[in-house]
Amino acid sequence: MSQDLETTEGALRGLRTEAPPSLAGRVLTETGLVDAWTTVRGPGGDLFIAHNPEGVSCVAPVGSLGEFADVHASRTGRRLGVEQELAARQATALRRVLATGRPGSLRIDLRGLTGFQRAVLAKTAEIPPGELRPYAWVAREIGNAGAVRAVGSALNRNPVPVVLPCHRVGRSDGSVGDYAFGRHMKRDLLRAEGTDPDTVDELARRGIRFIGSDTTLVYCHPTCRHARRITAAHRVEFRSAPAAAAAGYRSCKTCRPVAAA
Amino acid sequence: MTDAAGLAGALARDLDAAFPELVTTYQDRMYATALRLTRAPSDAEDVTQEALVRAYRALGGYAPDRIRSLQLRAWLWTILVNLVRNRARTRSRRPHDTALGGVEPAAGADPAGDAVAVVAVTNALGALRPVEREVLVLRYVADLPLDEVSDTLGIPLGTVKSHVHRSLARLRTILGEETR
Repeated sequence: MSQDLETTEGALRGLRTEAPPSLAGRVLTETGLVDAWTTVRGPGGDLFIAHNPEGVSCVAPVGSLGEFADVHASRTGRRLGVEQELAARQATALRRVLATGRPGSLRIDLRGLTGFQRAVLAKTAEIPPGELRPYAWVAREIGNAGAVRAVGSALNRNPVPVVLPCHRVGRSDGSVGDYAFGRHMKRDLLRAEGTDPDTVDELARRGIRFIGSDTTLVYCHPTCRHARRITAAHRVEFRSAPAAAAAGYRSCKTCRPVAAA
Repeated sequence: MTDAAGLAGALARDLDAAFPELVTTYQDRMYATALRLTRAPSDAEDVTQEALVRAYRALGGYAPDRIRSLQLRAWLWTILVNLVRNRARTRSRRPHDTALGGVEPAAGADPAGDAVAVVAVTNALGALRPVEREVLVLRYVADLPLDEVSDTLGIPLGTVKSHVHRSLARLRTILGEETR
């Protein structure tokens, strides 16, 4: 029995087969076109985390994978792929971020963000845990004092909240203000860092922007670590920077109060 | 199936938007190529993944005009075949590794009834010279036209044609002897 060439060609075509179903997902994750996801325990509940070889690309304190997929798509323009744990080094770095409230050595993928958005987030990351600064402060610190609204919208679109702490930026009247994931979430995050949001809002409601010490003659944002140390007997309240300056106080070199009200 | 020129155009316009299409269009034939050349599913998977990731990174560094004028399939399969060859070379320096010598069971995607035939043809391919095996796998498993087989392997078209004829005949003989 001999086979002709056509049959041999047919036998070779019979060697065609399909790729394993997970292959495309792994290629697209590896190239950064699709992000893998996982969940971790965060300060205010579970956090969904998206990641790729460049780093953590999206974080959201939401209740379901479906909600996270929407947030992730709107922030990064990519889709979610397979569930996959973070690499060991990144997982350790993320645990440290959540414990300390500082970004530390965690690699974060901010591709797709503008230079302005990156500058806003980098400046925000300098605000110590438990402290709050107004939008206007961020705007002035990055050398763009007029861009207060743009700072607000950049923070509202922060792809990695909690990790880059946009919850530490509040309204220019000193109050806690809104949050992309709800006011309650923002207040919970601040409380977890030892800041009482009700006290912050109460001060703002009374029109108090700054706190000074009559022993040092320095004035600060109310949540600055130097302001917190001032004892009740030496605590002086100011409604504006000019009022503090008129009283002979200089601004704190750590929290650098903004002149704009 | 997307045509290669249309896909190259889409990649030139927006690499990130079009690349998933490239993956879904070619992953099966790339994987099948790698599987029949390496004969090990895990190697085939690794090599295919690496080839596609390298392709993406390379395209990211090309100007749109260069992407548009690429012979996309020949270019992709060149990357793949080089990785397969490199892996075989690494394996042959480690004599205790049996992956290349031993025949693994056929991949799970093969219908059960075909498994025996697949093993027979794979074994027969193993008896050919490497270049003959590559020519036949690229032509019939990857389904590349002869000129793209020629481009991929860097062998003149006429030589590819004669390889195909002679290797098919040899394969027929081997298979015929086995079934006698």
